[in-house]
Amino acid sequence: MTLWEVDIHPAVGQPDLIAQHVAAQASDVGLPRDFRLQAARGYLIQGDLDEAQVRRVASELLADSVVERYVFAPAGHPTLAATVEYPGQLIHVLPKPGVTDPVAASTLAAINDFGFHPTAVCTLTKYWVDGLTDAQLAQLAKRILANDSIEQVVIGPLKLERIDVGAPYAFELRQVPLRQLDDDALVQLSREWQLSLTLVEMQTIQRHFRDQRRDPTDAELETIAQTWSEHCSHKTLAGQIRYRDERRAIHFGNMLKETIFAATQTIRKQLGENDWCVSVFKDNAGIVKFDDAFHVCFKVETHNRPSAIEPYGGANTGVGGVIRDTLGTGLGAKPVCNTDVFCFAPPETPADRIPPGVLHPRRVLRGVVAGVRDYGNRMGIPTVNGAIYFDERYIGNPLVFCGNVGLIPVDKAFKQVQPGDLIVALGGRTGRDGIHGATFSSAELTHESEKVSGGAVQIGNAITEKMCMDVLLAARDRGLYNAVTDCGAGGFSSAVGEMGEELGAEVWLDRAPLKYAGLSYTEIWISEAQERMVLAVPREKWDELHSLCASEGVEAVVIGEFQPTGRLVLKYQDHEVANVAMEFLHAGRPRVVREAVYAPPAVAPLAIPHIADYGDVLLQLLGELNIASKEWVIRQYDHEVQGGSVIKPLVGIANDGPSDAAVLRPVLNSRRGLVIACGMNPRYGALDTYHMAASAIDEAVRNCVAVGANPRRIAILDNFCWGYTDRPETLGSLVRAALGCQDTAVAFGTPFISGKDSLNNEFSYFDPDNNRRTISIPATLLISAMGQVKDVSKCITMDLKSAGNKLYIVGLTKDELGGSHLAKILNLSGGRVPQVDVDLASGVFDSLHRAIKQGHVRSCHDLSEGGLAVALAEMAFAGGCGATIETGRVPYELSSSSLTDRFNAILFSESNSRFICEVAPEHVAPFESTLSEVPFAPIGEVTATDRVEILSADRAVINLDLATLKEAWQKPLRW
Amino acid sequence: MPQPRVLILRAPGTNCDRESAFAFEQAGARADYAHIQRLLDTPALMREYQILCIPGGFSYGDDIAAGRILANQIRHHLRAEFAAFKDAGKLMLGICNGFQVLIKSGMLLPDAADGGLAATLTLNDSGKFEARWVKLSAAGDKCVFLRGIEKMYLPVAHAEGKFVPRDDATLNSLAASGQVVLRYARLDGTAGEVPYPDCPNGAVGAIAGVCDDTGRVFGLMPHPERFIDPTHHPRWTRELPPEFGDGWRIFTNAVEYFA
Repeated sequence: MTLWEVDIHPAVGQPDLIAQHVAAQASDVGLPRDFRLQAARGYLIQGDLDEAQVRRVASELLADSVVERYVFAPAGHPTLAATVEYPGQLIHVLPKPGVTDPVAASTLAAINDFGFHPTAVCTLTKYWVDGLTDAQLAQLAKRILANDSIEQVVIGPLKLERIDVGAPYAFELRQVPLRQLDDDALVQLSREWQLSLTLVEMQTIQRHFRDQRRDPTDAELETIAQTWSEHCSHKTLAGQIRYRDERRAIHFGNMLKETIFAATQTIRKQLGENDWCVSVFKDNAGIVKFDDAFHVCFKVETHNRPSAIEPYGGANTGVGGVIRDTLGTGLGAKPVCNTDVFCFAPPETPADRIPPGVLHPRRVLRGVVAGVRDYGNRMGIPTVNGAIYFDERYIGNPLVFCGNVGLIPVDKAFKQVQPGDLIVALGGRTGRDGIHGATFSSAELTHESEKVSGGAVQIGNAITEKMCMDVLLAARDRGLYNAVTDCGAGGFSSAVGEMGEELGAEVWLDRAPLKYAGLSYTEIWISEAQERMVLAVPREKWDELHSLCASEGVEAVVIGEFQPTGRLVLKYQDHEVANVAMEFLHAGRPRVVREAVYAPPAVAPLAIPHIADYGDVLLQLLGELNIASKEWVIRQYDHEVQGGSVIKPLVGIANDGPSDAAVLRPVLNSRRGLVIACGMNPRYGALDTYHMAASAIDEAVRNCVAVGANPRRIAILDNFCWGYTDRPETLGSLVRAALGCQDTAVAFGTPFISGKDSLNNEFSYFDPDNNRRTISIPATLLISAMGQVKDVSKCITMDLKSAGNKLYIVGLTKDELGGSHLAKILNLSGGRVPQVDVDLASGVFDSLHRAIKQGHVRSCHDLSEGGLAVALAEMAFAGGCGATIETGRVPYELSSSSLTDRFNAILFSESNSRFICEVAPEHVAPFESTLSEVPFAPIGEVTATDRVEILSADRAVINLDLATLKEAWQKPLRW
Repeated sequence: MPQPRVLILRAPGTNCDRESAFAFEQAGARADYAHIQRLLDTPALMREYQILCIPGGFSYGDDIAAGRILANQIRHHLRAEFAAFKDAGKLMLGICNGFQVLIKSGMLLPDAADGGLAATLTLNDSGKFEARWVKLSAAGDKCVFLRGIEKMYLPVAHAEGKFVPRDDATLNSLAASGQVVLRYARLDGTAGEVPYPDCPNGAVGAIAGVCDDTGRVFGLMPHPERFIDPTHHPRWTRELPPEFGDGWRIFTNAVEYFA
């Protein structure tokens, strides 16, 4: 047996793109730019291959004969180190043993196709670095070349002899002597095992097993911890909460049920027989009606903790996970589009201001975008909508929201496990990856997390999931199973536990296919290895399912049976390793009452200093990172695959303006469209989370309405990301937001259909003076919206279309600069937070929708971050048209009598429920009469110039050309 | 008109199969899907079809290099059947990943004497995946799929689309034989060097598509199946959209070839 290494170098005259990519990032971490770097990709191939065979593999498979050259030798051989122009120091980066290496798996199979049979393959990247000190080299390796949580760095020649992983496993039943432990020991056990269980929960488990007169096995304890984890059970928000604020005191039995779900129930009741919800808050995703043949479902998940530690893998598996939610909804939905929203610290944060244990936000951003890109694009699912929000407080806890929309035939929306159904594991194999992801994601991050939580970080393999999806949807259409769910957090433990909740299940853990030998029964049970689905398959369908899977190379294995015993029984070979009552698992968790208080802060005045140059302020706003163009990100996503793209994320004369929402036709032979948008305003949370929530819903809905969606057919989702909710004030601010969600959703008739929360997003570290510091994220509520249009040809975009058209503002502008981006760039606090006048808003949405549907509106853009001035500038440069408006005509409700205050508010207030519309002269009369019941006013017109002119009492206060405006908007994130 | 049958080849990671089949069906063909595994088991399946389409996607994840693994499967197991398909006067279309597969399998351009590729598609100069619309100019006399087409506006979405010929001689001979049938063009319509991003990947000669010496085997990086409907156009809300997208003709040309 030989361990061969094949290195692939760029051929002479070809660019070294890996080295270029690294060099571009070197300055991010403060390294000099002038060091020399060369790179090569490498493959380690272990097995009985002779030199001629390796040469064939190198020349015909691994290297491209036109643009690459190869070198090969037994690993560690000097020729592998000395084949470059400037030798310098040699660094190898390779995945740690057991980390998913999709390219290696494909390469192994592709070598087999030659008729050669290596036993293992591993990929690596090599760098030759010249001109850095040892300290700089270490910095380069740690900060750019490798991520310690998944990769190992070898400086100098490789001294490896073998690369296969795994060792034989000898069964040994592990009992946990729980009954005799005192409280301190219980707490310690929970911590050491990363169970994230509280003392009361540990005591409840102890009591349960004392009643049984036995100790639990490790598998039982782990199963309970997974099932009771915040991630899987939402015990905080779905729990009892005693809430009080300045006006009321509410005792919730189940907070989410009594606010968010209750809103949906109220709306469904009001709709009566016109109810268009199908399945809400029950399944992996919420389902609503689409047309006669299909329903649509939508789910948005967060993958924050893993993305903080390994941005690429975290985001990658975040996308993979939410796609499996859709696949596991009803009897399986076909994913039709992705959404992705991120929150990061500002990328320009100086390297010396990064707390220990934290990755630089620039690296996090690059990694997250690449992770989303590589998974979504490979799955063939268009990524159509998103947002990126920057705030210093996301430094230790970046947020990564991944959403997926699915299309499901109307007769496949529900599932029901039957007694005797086989439990079938489909897709990827089980490895040691991701152990404790569910409990880890429920805990606070610390600077140590990087070290202790590595097992919870994974790399996805999109093609495994794509293959799994292809056979799953084919099996669905042939009726080969009764139920399906995904293996997410908690792995088999959660999937089987959930599916068997009503019935009972017996699982044969030794049957699960493994990536490598050596996993204990508990590791198999709780592994969160990616790309796995669990099906309930009637015995008589098993053969057909199995051969369907085999025909596309997908592994499907029977790992147990659903049995009407009410118990969860786990076996390894002939040994029973767990036997717990489903009742205890799902209903045995102790109910705690949490305190939540909210005291609205007094409204402090927002004192805006004299603004000498309004044009300069507008340019600053356009370059503010939350407003600036995200084109660098968007272009890396395939937003047109599946062939149904109607309104793209970038629109306008040069295909680069910011669309309010995406529209697609999920059914290619139909004109019916889906509209996807989102809303989020973390800056309002410090002022009042109720209004923050209301504003986020308003923003998501108005984005949909702006492109033509019917406001009476918009479903919404909530994702709460909050700080440490054991603090009553923090939980209070969340409950307050949930109340805002409830009231606004009911008033708008926009039902919540699904949601998810991620709590305890705080980061603790010790500063140089050894003081413990904690950074909490701002209260962050993402509202995602899914609207519908009957005929996509009625949709419109935000770019101005032609000179001579009239410009209107619709809605009412108020004194609401609190939390605004004007306040942000001027570094001011205070002010009134934007509120939503729900009656006014509903009227605006309905009237505007009618006007758009009747074809009276040429372009429409919502007013959001940066207010009227930013919206107008965006419409102008997106359309390549000039515009002139007179601010005096804008309808307002302003308390201040100061003309300057009024002017500032009109230009920059972020008041909700407002739009700018472009209307052709011949449509002016019908447009105005359609809007007669809501505030609106003509404010100017589209001009044949290349300038945006904003006048106050006929005097131009802003007069800038389109190129300057666009450049200010595009430059900051043009990486 | 007889209805030609199209075989849409699927492999692990293929993801433009549905919309490619839809485009062919709208153009009047009948499309079926076959997984590569099925074709490996029963190569003769191909004989029932007049058109083979290898659609876009990420076959085998683009692992090692885009299209390489599927191309090698074709080289190792389906060479004879593919050759017979071509010799029978039938059509092959490779879109994006399908183009990468065709070129790396040697089915589009014959291998050089030393066994190396005549040309390849490699990582974009930008080093990353990019999705954007491009202008194309066609010289389609030779290529069946491009008959009557002079210009097109289509989206690209790829990371490895940079066309690089083995050497100048290869490029010259391809050009001389009229096989360089599709090039990226300047967005502003002027002539001359095509800069980034008008040429989105740094392709030599701004080459976006080539055909074989018969004109019946064609590979291109842009996605014609993504512009068959007026609302596919990125500016359909501004400009009067054509009734059919620019990609439409490629599919009707294929169907009409068998009329």
